[in-house]
Amino acid sequence: MTGALSWLTDPANWTGSAGIPTRLWQHLWYALLSLGIAIVIALPLGALIGHTGKGTGLVSGLANALRALPTLGLLIMLALWGLNTLPGSIALLGPTIAVLVILAIPPILSNTYAGIAAVDPDTRDAAKGMGMTGGQVLVRVELPVALPLIISGVRSAYLQVVATATIAAVVSLGGFGRYVIDGLAQQNYPMMVGGALLVALLAIIGDRLLALVAHFAVSPGITGRSVKARATTADLVVRRPGAAEVQDGGGAPDRDGVESAMARAGQIADRTGPL
Amino acid sequence: MNWNWLNRNTDQILTWLVQHIWLAAVPTVLGLLLALPLGAIAFRYRWSYTVLITLAGLLYTIPSLALFVVLPGLLGTRILDPINVVIALTLYTLALLVRVVADALDSVSPLVRQSAVAMGYRPLRSLITVQLPLAIPVIGAGLRVAAVSNVSLVSVAALLGIPQLGQLFTTGFQLNFFTPIIAGIVLCLLVAAVFDGLIQLAVRFSTPWERAVKRR
Amino acid sequence: MISFQSVSKVYPDGTPAVEDLTIEIPTGEITVFVGPSGCGKTTSLRMINRMIEPTGGAVLIDGKDTRSIDAPALRRGIGYVIQNAGLFPHRTVLDNVATVPVLKGQSRRAARAAAGELLARVGLDSAMGGRYPAQLSGGQQQRVGVARALAADPPVMLMDEPFSAVDPVVREQLQDELIRLQAELGKTIVFVTHDIDEAVKLGDGIAVFAVGGRLAQYASPAEVLSRPADDFVADFVGRDRGYRALSFTAAGDLPLHDEHTVVLGRPVPADLAPPDATVDKPYWVLVVDGDRQPRGWVDVRELPAGRVVTVGDLVLGGSLAGPTSSLRTALDAALSSPSGRGVAVDEDGRVIGTVAAQEVLAAIEVARAVTPASFSPEDRSEQPAKRKQGSEPATSAAVPS
Repeated sequence: MTGALSWLTDPANWTGSAGIPTRLWQHLWYALLSLGIAIVIALPLGALIGHTGKGTGLVSGLANALRALPTLGLLIMLALWGLNTLPGSIALLGPTIAVLVILAIPPILSNTYAGIAAVDPDTRDAAKGMGMTGGQVLVRVELPVALPLIISGVRSAYLQVVATATIAAVVSLGGFGRYVIDGLAQQNYPMMVGGALLVALLAIIGDRLLALVAHFAVSPGITGRSVKARATTADLVVRRPGAAEVQDGGGAPDRDGVESAMARAGQIADRTGPL
Repeated sequence: MNWNWLNRNTDQILTWLVQHIWLAAVPTVLGLLLALPLGAIAFRYRWSYTVLITLAGLLYTIPSLALFVVLPGLLGTRILDPINVVIALTLYTLALLVRVVADALDSVSPLVRQSAVAMGYRPLRSLITVQLPLAIPVIGAGLRVAAVSNVSLVSVAALLGIPQLGQLFTTGFQLNFFTPIIAGIVLCLLVAAVFDGLIQLAVRFSTPWERAVKRR
Repeated sequence: MISFQSVSKVYPDGTPAVEDLTIEIPTGEITVFVGPSGCGKTTSLRMINRMIEPTGGAVLIDGKDTRSIDAPALRRGIGYVIQNAGLFPHRTVLDNVATVPVLKGQSRRAARAAAGELLARVGLDSAMGGRYPAQLSGGQQQRVGVARALAADPPVMLMDEPFSAVDPVVREQLQDELIRLQAELGKTIVFVTHDIDEAVKLGDGIAVFAVGGRLAQYASPAEVLSRPADDFVADFVGRDRGYRALSFTAAGDLPLHDEHTVVLGRPVPADLAPPDATVDKPYWVLVVDGDRQPRGWVDVRELPAGRVVTVGDLVLGGSLAGPTSSLRTALDAALSSPSGRGVAVDEDGRVIGTVAAQEVLAAIEVARAVTPASFSPEDRSEQPAKRKQGSEPATSAAVPS
């Protein structure tokens, strides 16, 4: 551990193409690029699903399936394919970004759709009554109200991609993961641990920053009213309309309770991603 | 897909499979066992809920590879020792399940809880014989997620040279060969599916009252 | 005996739930705490088994301060029935009932056997023992709840709005069951309800609570209905209290008139024609079945002699007065009958005659001349427990069709 600290504070490690700033930039670049693409894809899709209520089964099925998939395997498989079929410059980068995007989509997708769907129907009704079109309702009412959950989804996705990007080092890409991989190869444990600490820091700090963004971006009015008691991860399962109240003998959690627990657990687990 | 290669390396693959199962199952079970009392505490004492959940959340933001590497320094084990993987995954499972257990206990009807108090149950006995059984379905749901995640997380440890199915991926990459990679993915998915199914069965087996309702 | 001594409950934020309550609940009787929401009746109940702890005063059971006993041990000696039963969904009915005996150390087998008998006692088929609560109807669950409370044979039973969550038909059955059980077992029961009718039906003594936790009146049901202590009680008891109070006076010796009857399915006898054919009023004749049980009334003017009386001809009659009826039942029977004559039946439901509304009113006047003894809270401890008068017959429903 002390070795790692001295490695971290060694100025030699802060310069050059293998220096910390370079690697940081690489890591961030992978993460933010894939995050951006994922948001562009998943946000509208999730909004659509939440707004219309169709396709919810698809989303949860997708999330579950992806959780079981070993990302290392996926990454390597696509990287190999890329090496063999794609031109040099994006041979490895392309597939890697693709994998990152695939992994980042489910949290954003399910959180967006749940957030939108959880908007109080009365609010939506009032908006329509005022003469807003469907699209206006979405942009001016539903999205702002669903923002906490959406940002939470983006945070999950961020952690996912940071973690996966770490492994991307194994396919010879950059980023902090390189320190771990290279350190192992060179038996340089301080480097390994240093790299690991850097990854952890990047994850935590980024997550906290996004939380801060949420704090300022979300309207102070969203603490309860329009979304039933502040959209929480429990809203990741949209209650089916007409879902029966817990009947006689209810003391055991109902099926909705079990499903929302599963969704909630899934959301927590996906923050670490399969990595 | 090169079946010959698979045939030739069956023994190795099987060894890795067994190790993988072991490395994924043990932390899942350990994590559950530790999460039960901790979750119960978090449920009972509201202040501890916030503390524990925050800690768990923090733990969860740390990417697994990082944790696999940093733990040995803290624990004094060698980096390449599989025990690190077990401990790291146990911590993840624990972090996930503490919240699940607490929320599961919370979802048991307060009416039933009050009933138990009114009958004259002491808190511990009520927890074990009344509340926990009723919380099984929800805990089971969380456990499934934890188990499946663990199966995937174990494969990452291949980067540290720890033998399990993840080695199929690294081997494939080194040899520029798809067969082991695909085999690895398939086997991981299979193991995950089996774990998931086993847990579902266990839940169903231990909740006869839920079955009775469905029959009605 | 349960006694509250200046008991009060004030919540940390300052809201008073119960205000200086002093009341003596006699052993072996059903005492009802009744009042609107927020009046502290449930809070007071729950202070007996220490589910809520008083902030002032003391609760004594048979002279012992409840705080001197370990709370779980105290609760094992007190039966507790709540709305929605609060059964353990993960245990079979039998195991639910056996809960407290097992807690107290009895072997599971013995407890289950005893539970089976108890199920029969509360009117359930013992085959239900193996089912789970979710498979039972609301009324059945409530019965299991009562059985569970009785299982350890506690001297005291606390019942918190136990019948409020079931439909009125089931509620009435459960109330009748409770009365029957209490006649057999003689427990000290404290019963909370917001329904004054239920309170009057079940209670040997009624404690009326006002909002804010104040005890407004504590007296017998008859007294509460006929002499409410203040405006609040009068309002709470509501309109019709005069009418309801009639249920506490037995019908006694009301004159019964013989009644011509026609049998369902048989032709109308020729001699049943109305005496004065020119008067344009219906001439009602009672129709009975082969067992002489009342089925309805027919207007004989519409039926020619020799015509067979069918069900379609019937005008359904009103309620019935039975052998132990109160004045209220008798009056209602007369008022609800199309002919103005209330049908009186014997224990087997066979017609024995009719009563006229006029005569019931005359009997009411006679009864009012006798003033009921007054029951003040202080007097209650010296007076022997008085069961309420004038129990209703089991079926006061309309004449069955």
